[in-house]
Amino acid sequence: MSSRRVLIIGLSSYWGGRLAAALEARPEIDAVVGVDSEDPTRELGRTEFVRVGTQHGLLRRIVEAAEIDTVVDARLVVDSVAASPRSAHENNVMGTMNILAACSGEDSPVRKLVLKSSAHYYGAEQDDPAFFTEGMERPHPPRTPLEHDIVEAEAAVLDHAAKRPDTCVSILRFANVLGPDVRTSHTALFALPAVPTILGFDPRYQFVHEDDVVGALSHAVEHDLPGIFNVGADGVLALSEVAHLLGKRLAPVIPPWGTGAGLAVLGRLGVRVPPEMRRQLRFGRGLDNRRLKATGFTYRLTTRETVLEQAEHMRLHPFTRGAQEPFRYEREVEDFLHRSPNVRRPEPIVRSLSPREVTGPRRLVDGRGGDDGRGAVENGGRESPPPVEHYDDLDPGEIASLLDSLEPQDLEALGEYERSARARPGVVTAIETALDRRARRAARPRDGAAHRT
Amino acid sequence: MEQARSGAGEIPHAGGAPGADDVGVPAPSDEDLRRFLPGVEPERRLDDWGRSEAVERALDRTVGDFLYRYWFRCEVEGAENVPSAGGALLAANHTGVLSPGAGIIAKALREEHPHAREVSVPVRRSLRGAPGVSMLLPKVGCVSAHPANVQRLLDDEQRIVLMFPEGAGGGEKLYRDRYRLRPFGRGGFVEAAARGRVPIVPVCVVGAEEVAPVFARLPLLGRLTGLPRVPVTPTFPHLGPLGLVAYLPAKFRVRFLEPIEVERSAIDRDRGLLQSVSDEVRTRIQENLLDMLRTRGSVWLG
Repeated sequence: MSSRRVLIIGLSSYWGGRLAAALEARPEIDAVVGVDSEDPTRELGRTEFVRVGTQHGLLRRIVEAAEIDTVVDARLVVDSVAASPRSAHENNVMGTMNILAACSGEDSPVRKLVLKSSAHYYGAEQDDPAFFTEGMERPHPPRTPLEHDIVEAEAAVLDHAAKRPDTCVSILRFANVLGPDVRTSHTALFALPAVPTILGFDPRYQFVHEDDVVGALSHAVEHDLPGIFNVGADGVLALSEVAHLLGKRLAPVIPPWGTGAGLAVLGRLGVRVPPEMRRQLRFGRGLDNRRLKATGFTYRLTTRETVLEQAEHMRLHPFTRGAQEPFRYEREVEDFLHRSPNVRRPEPIVRSLSPREVTGPRRLVDGRGGDDGRGAVENGGRESPPPVEHYDDLDPGEIASLLDSLEPQDLEALGEYERSARARPGVVTAIETALDRRARRAARPRDGAAHRT
Repeated sequence: MEQARSGAGEIPHAGGAPGADDVGVPAPSDEDLRRFLPGVEPERRLDDWGRSEAVERALDRTVGDFLYRYWFRCEVEGAENVPSAGGALLAANHTGVLSPGAGIIAKALREEHPHAREVSVPVRRSLRGAPGVSMLLPKVGCVSAHPANVQRLLDDEQRIVLMFPEGAGGGEKLYRDRYRLRPFGRGGFVEAAARGRVPIVPVCVVGAEEVAPVFARLPLLGRLTGLPRVPVTPTFPHLGPLGLVAYLPAKFRVRFLEPIEVERSAIDRDRGLLQSVSDEVRTRIQENLLDMLRTRGSVWLG
């Protein structure tokens, strides 16, 4: 199933905004709806923002009214400096439960759920393997409240997946993120004149660039990736290597014994090291990222390149700081832009497609060729078969992604043809589902997702 | 060991949409995954395990060369038994934290093997928590002894891993028990080799057990300092920490034996095979050790 109507939970978080922008640009996505309890922090185009927290009753109404087929949860707090333990727990565990409740009705239209989780799931311990694979449990129970929350949230999502086998549930565990736009405890640490480390330890670190985070999330929306996936760039660096690439010195000022006291002193000096990072500074962590790569995802940058880019950004930062006004969300303006009949909107598909995206539809369109009379599908003519050679070249995935752009009678003809020719069950069901969805959409008057021009 | 292989993050019953078997992404197999190992970045100073070529080379050219050539006058037989390509698991007799055995075997392969293969050594996991040590060990090719690490080194990265199947007991042997192999435990190393689909190459080392003979152990001091074991050697503890690396100049002989292949499927069918292969390796090492000792004239001159 490819996603058509996406709900992003946590739109106002950095990731929610970035993902919405990425999905907006994709013509095969019909609708992008975002919810958050705060105003969006980025300028968005056709994304609809609804100001709502994680109250499951409200979410459920939105999901059902807009016939959301894909829910992306980009809202997990993965840095405990960002929120108090209590509010992080509220957000990470209670929020996740509410979201699951919102998409677990008997007739819920949701077919895919993507959770943005964190490699803090694994923690960092002495007994760890050098590369965590997705199947590994953490060797010890979680030590910090944040890790606790992440483990709990993932467990709830896995439970949901087990109960609803027809929903494709993806959990993406991201390594520590670096990038010009993100602020984490690690970027704060690296921005210091020297990188404080624990004396006698040189932990292994793996990072992922912010663009790759967005890329991985939209990859999960585009493809069906049931299961858990580690997301970390290629290459695991030692902290000494990271500091070298950043052009910083290492300052082994944190004592190996009494680390907590040492960190308290650092905290007084303004360097906050959250509890989940303490053990990482001691033992480090590496992820095995091959499972996601095997699904066709490619990272834009390796860990080393990510760190180098961070270094460039840090050198440039003093000159560009404050140059850009932060985005302010004005509801009236957004409402006007979205709904007023006086606003001139561009044609739905204006973006030029990448060659890979073009080939699928192009082949079908060529095959249907309006002028040479081979367009049997368009005429609804069931007597003459659809263009055999072109249609049969398509993968089931490509066919599935095309279905929603076809007219109902074409769909029927296509279904007829598929049943008589190759009868691949996946394709047949996909066509039937698409038809069924059309029928339901026609029958039911909708309120929530009325805005589509 | 099981946890190393257990499913790659499958969610039970998560099938995706109807027809996901056509549209979805198939679960990758082990061979597929090997293709997706991160590439080598030549600009890097360390590899992904934290191994530093520069540190290794520096040590090798100074201390390594001196010990190997002049102090221990190492003689090597059968280096060709170590495969030139692909992974292999070397199983050697006793050496402990104190013994230079691991370093000498690694050096022997570097010097005598036509392909100068590098060796990774799994070391006890608690060393990762020791300040300083935890920083140095990965730089010279030690990894934490986690089954998943060994598996990745052997199967995915096709490297050579050196293990001491006598386990911790091997390092605690007293001088009077030298060259008497301890029991090989539950055959964990056989399982590692089978799962990694690599041959086991038994290695016999003569000399390592005389360079730092352990006359006694001090469990009380061990408990006080938190070290795994505190031995009494000719130089330790009365020479202080320096005594830990002050080796007697015994003559070293290293013999690599014929590789033993273990079928992964056979292990899965019959767990008893672990024990029998393990015994087989042990017998071969023991016999060859006795053979080498029989022809040895002097501990110091060989």
